[in-house]
Amino acid sequence: MTEAFEPVIIGFTCNWCSYRAADLAGTARVKYAPNVRLIRLMCSGRLDPTFVLKALASGADGVMITGCHPGECHYLEQNYKAMRRYHLLKRMLAQMGVEPGRVKLVWASAAEGVRLAGEITKLVEEVRALGPLNWPTAGVAAALPAKPAALEVPA
Amino acid sequence: MTEKIGVYVCHCGTNIAGMVDVEGVAKWAAERLAHRGVVIARDYKFMCSSLGQELIEKDIQELGLTRVVVAACSPHLHEQTFRTACARAGLNPYLCELVSIREQVSWVHTDKAAATAKAKAVLSGGVERVTHHAPLEPLRVPIHPATLVVGGGIAGIQAALEIADSGTRVYLVEREPSIGGHMAQFDKTFPTLDCSACILTPKMVSVGNHPNITLMTYAEVTKVDGFVGNFEVTVTQKPRYVKVDLCTGCGVCEEKCPKKVVDDIFEVGLGKRKVIYRPFAQAVPKYPVLDRENCTYFIKGTCKACEKFCPTDAIDFEQKEEIITLKVGNIILATGFDLFNAHRIPQYGLGRLPNVFTSLEFERLCNAAGPTNGNVVMRDGTTVPKSVGIIHCVGSRDENYHAYCSSICCMQSLKFAHLVRERTGAEVYNFYIDMRAPGKGYEEFYHRLLEEGVHFVRGKVAEVSAFARLPGEEGHLIVQVEDTLIGKQRRIPLDMVVLSAGLEPRHDAKQVAKVFGISCSADGWYIEKHPKLDPVATMTEGIYIAGAVQGPKDIPASVAQGAAAAARVMGRIQQKEIALEPVRASIDETRCSGCRICNALCPFNAILYHADTAVSEVNPALCQGCGTCVAACPAGAISGTGFSDEQVLSQMEGLLLRNLQPVEV
Repeated sequence: MTEAFEPVIIGFTCNWCSYRAADLAGTARVKYAPNVRLIRLMCSGRLDPTFVLKALASGADGVMITGCHPGECHYLEQNYKAMRRYHLLKRMLAQMGVEPGRVKLVWASAAEGVRLAGEITKLVEEVRALGPLNWPTAGVAAALPAKPAALEVPA
Repeated sequence: MTEKIGVYVCHCGTNIAGMVDVEGVAKWAAERLAHRGVVIARDYKFMCSSLGQELIEKDIQELGLTRVVVAACSPHLHEQTFRTACARAGLNPYLCELVSIREQVSWVHTDKAAATAKAKAVLSGGVERVTHHAPLEPLRVPIHPATLVVGGGIAGIQAALEIADSGTRVYLVEREPSIGGHMAQFDKTFPTLDCSACILTPKMVSVGNHPNITLMTYAEVTKVDGFVGNFEVTVTQKPRYVKVDLCTGCGVCEEKCPKKVVDDIFEVGLGKRKVIYRPFAQAVPKYPVLDRENCTYFIKGTCKACEKFCPTDAIDFEQKEEIITLKVGNIILATGFDLFNAHRIPQYGLGRLPNVFTSLEFERLCNAAGPTNGNVVMRDGTTVPKSVGIIHCVGSRDENYHAYCSSICCMQSLKFAHLVRERTGAEVYNFYIDMRAPGKGYEEFYHRLLEEGVHFVRGKVAEVSAFARLPGEEGHLIVQVEDTLIGKQRRIPLDMVVLSAGLEPRHDAKQVAKVFGISCSADGWYIEKHPKLDPVATMTEGIYIAGAVQGPKDIPASVAQGAAAAARVMGRIQQKEIALEPVRASIDETRCSGCRICNALCPFNAILYHADTAVSEVNPALCQGCGTCVAACPAGAISGTGFSDEQVLSQMEGLLLRNLQPVEV
């Protein structure tokens, strides 16, 4: 273990704000840590908390959830629902023995490419400091609805 | 694996290839994702070029591809391009996935090895996801040809006239008794100084007479059901106590009414009106309104002077509120702005110091039809001021109130300065932070004012007070200001101060936004679909915005937006039907337990509950596809097209490279 630990972060983005913020960061050539891999949802309200658990169980060291600022949701108020679920999820993660700092909710409007980039780099550093997530994969993954393809090992 | 997936990795010149080993990514996909169905992986200089697209089309036809993954720029840029290419080759366009390795990889990372590894992961996510794509068809819905315009200010008037002239029905709903909006209250318009009423009233008359416009004043939209092309709108018509089919607008009732009250709306408290009244002489429609709260008959049970003298028996004390239902295909919101309430800045003395006026009060003072017949006088009604101060940015560009610039106040203040000079010859001081004159002829107008001898003091006014301290201050208002151009504190004694108040969203903008299902910014301005390229559409299909409801705007900009919104609506009407993105939720009723958790989560009321079968159902035309219900359903009975659990989770597996043999990538 001489090499620096490089965490893998899964980022869930809203199609209308934070995904566009990521686009904007790209267009403006704002640099951020390459450890994050984004998934586009239509809205942060689409985020099923099991997505986060599944990500952590499947090898991600951290998860970033992003949505429109309060009051600016493209679907009026669904980001509030994401926020409620997020707080419950954080509590649950703590009960499960996962550091709550591995999961973070960030508001980023379509105009906030710089902010999103900064938040990504910050989370990567925070998760790096926490170290790898030693999720007891075998037990929990079995409890989750496992996708057969996920466990398939090619010849 | 039954799918045959084609993978196409774009160089984008050097935009991607400069930071990502593009050939390596394609080669890797061909080898390591072959077991996931990838039958071909190519790289090409510019995938979006016609040659790049032809490459994909040829492979679809020759290799019988059933799925396509393009790794290139953001889907917001070229998703449509590649979907269309697939459709041309006979593949359902929704079986194509575009993953971003430019905006999200090559442009934001600096280490080529790390960027290449991430590009592989992103591509792998796309390959896993596309397997779960389903062939989709866009939803087609018919467009009702009628249009609702809400708000009868200049933006709404312009929009209504444009659409009505094109030959389709327009319902124009206005809350006040007359259309005209704020513009009807103004005296002159900057920078040309043409008379506001002279240019506005002909348009108001056209609205009143237009055969295609149904004008509904003194009415409010209380409910909006339905969706683009098929809205059902509920309008509440407040009682005027006047039968409009009998009233000729002769004005006898107004003349004979024995009671006068202060007019807080049109004359902003400076003038009086009768209890049965038209807000101003050129009001459209011409019918008066009876103000029930102040009417002697409604208070004491006797009077009825209006009824007695009405030559056509048009007065009806029994009139009730009326609920009207309209069917329209599109809606334009042009509900305008409120003036910033300058009482909120107590140090400027509005309401406490009599000779401090708001900008709207000053407009009425200048107006020949106003309470002083156009004489600029102090609060006593007779004294002509010898010196007038005009304070810019009242409530604007101030973090305590509104951080934004209200955009019209500089020019409005210059106009006031000119009118004061012209009407009274008084000394005029303009207190400004920055002079903003960005419109056509605006900068020239500023220079004209400089030449007219108006004093300009650059600095934010700290206080307006009546406490004389120095000789010459007695009996004056004293403006305390830091003149930042000379670096000195100044006390300037003046007879009159005008507060050039900024614009703010209507006090009920947020409730109105809820009625129409659109979103507002934290300030309360309505949010356009795209701030540059789609400024009059909203994120809600079929609902458009025009004028100051979207943000502070002057008259030319409001008119332009009214016309622009009208053009968008007319385009829609011409198409007769509209294709909607098929990103929708649907409920598997065999798995629905009827718990109704989803019902309350939907902000668009798209989920119906069938009590007889105890299951919920999604109306696909109302559903906007956010997916909140999908995430909430405890039975997993709801799935979201384009963003199903399988699609998201498999993309995640791909991103985490769980689909590969566990070797170094």
